[in-house]
Amino acid sequence: MPTEAAELVFDEATKVYEGREGAAVDHLSLTVPAGEICVLVGPSGGGKTTALKLVNRLIPLTSGDIRIDGKSILEHDLTQLRRSIGYVIQQVGLFPHMTIEGNIATVPKLLGWSRRRISERVGELLELVGLDPEKDRKRFPAELSGGQRQRVGLARALAANPPLMLMDEPFGAIDPIVRARLQDEFLRLQQELRKTVVFVTHDVDEAIKIGDRIAILREGGRLAQYDTPGHILEQPADDFVAEFVGRDRGLKALALRTLGDLTLAPARPDGEDGLPRLAAETSVRDALALLVAERRDALLVTAEDGSPLGIATREDLLR
Amino acid sequence: MSGWLLAAGGGGGPVIPNFGQGSACERSGGWFCTDWVRANWDSTLQPALVQHIELTVVAVAVGFVIASVLALVGYRWRPFDLPLGVFTDFLYTIPSLALFTLLVPFTGLTVTTVEIALISYTLFVLYRNMVAGLRGVPEEALEVARGMGLTRVQTFFRVELPLASPAMFAGLRIATVSTVSIATVAAFVIPKGLGEPILTGLQQSFGTEILAGSLLAILLALTADGLLALFQRGVTPWSRIR
Repeated sequence: MPTEAAELVFDEATKVYEGREGAAVDHLSLTVPAGEICVLVGPSGGGKTTALKLVNRLIPLTSGDIRIDGKSILEHDLTQLRRSIGYVIQQVGLFPHMTIEGNIATVPKLLGWSRRRISERVGELLELVGLDPEKDRKRFPAELSGGQRQRVGLARALAANPPLMLMDEPFGAIDPIVRARLQDEFLRLQQELRKTVVFVTHDVDEAIKIGDRIAILREGGRLAQYDTPGHILEQPADDFVAEFVGRDRGLKALALRTLGDLTLAPARPDGEDGLPRLAAETSVRDALALLVAERRDALLVTAEDGSPLGIATREDLLR
Repeated sequence: MSGWLLAAGGGGGPVIPNFGQGSACERSGGWFCTDWVRANWDSTLQPALVQHIELTVVAVAVGFVIASVLALVGYRWRPFDLPLGVFTDFLYTIPSLALFTLLVPFTGLTVTTVEIALISYTLFVLYRNMVAGLRGVPEEALEVARGMGLTRVQTFFRVELPLASPAMFAGLRIATVSTVSIATVAAFVIPKGLGEPILTGLQQSFGTEILAGSLLAILLALTADGLLALFQRGVTPWSRIR
């Protein structure tokens, strides 16, 4: 099985449901480079989930093609294709009668891995997604919280080290605080794993946070814009995109940069500026929010160990 | 059958079995004579109990197999579900004595007659519970199974069947308990099972024999139910976690 990330190409991919007016996905063409996260976002009826399910053929293509590393999905054996693609859904869909270990081991078992290899892999994955490799292994899904279950869902999808992951609103049913944590952890994981990921969400902020590239789909499954989050926020292709990403797109763009990205003025060596202190990995948007709330004009950016890096003024933040 | 005893007893007071030879309790028309139970355990009660277990096990086992086939059909091909449900429901509504009467001309006063009736009565509960169990499998579990590349057969044996098993066990327990109870009526057709001492006791107005047969039937039903419950716990440990 290939473990390197795969390039994914939608080539005029089209889905028309019989007896329904118009297409669900309409001549969708886009390329997801290997190792990148492509977020499909748009209003309901935009065909995001349909487009996702075309890839592992849960929904058959009407016309056009989808290629993984140059090979059409139609040329793959169906079960082999699905076993080589990680699949995560909003409702998680853990098997309630299997332990966490049993759930994660599903695809490796189908692939005929040895018991020892499976057991090692399960421990590795539980650790990776932040669960206890010993204690949580033998528990049943009903004994876990919603956030923990989605971690197991992610571990299960990663089990056979697939080159491509399909994630359908994976954090949609989780409360905002846990969701933000899972998003951060997922991004940290992705730094390490470098999978090719197709990620569906209806939440623009999540799309901006998660995506290397964002594909905005409009009603009728037509692609409105496919670009990096920065470009989409700065230069929306049309009124639809501008409206969809929101009037506060200027503010949202600030969330893409951190204080560490800014050119800072030197701080006093003793660090006694009397300024609010923020870590370098804080987003510019959050920093600005703090300045507004505290009615201040500047702040001190600090390194991980708390040592001062430099001073950023309100103007610096908006530059 | 010893119908003449009923006729003889119809005229006057209670007919006392083993007249002149019974124990003091029996001669005085005692409410429940433990000495009679002890004296007749080997000759009457124990064989009746064994026969009763046989009748029940065969009926439930065959019923389970038939219901499984019907449930698979009703689950996979939805249009069949309603007619199959109505059919098993209809069988269940026929009074047992009427069903025996209908069957005797064809199959005679035989075990076959009794088993056909008993099996028919298990189908309703087993079928309904099996189909409900299979339908109750969470949609998202099925979708993920498909998405992960489980074949249809793998999905059935690894996901659908285990998840349907608590409902199937529930059906099995109800079917077993009710079969133990209904099987006492078999004594109207064949002199087998715990219905036999009950019927004889009725005909002779001998309370001890009626009570002994009934108590054994109740104990058997409770034991079978308990054993199945224990077995289910062992097989589906996850179903108790909420």
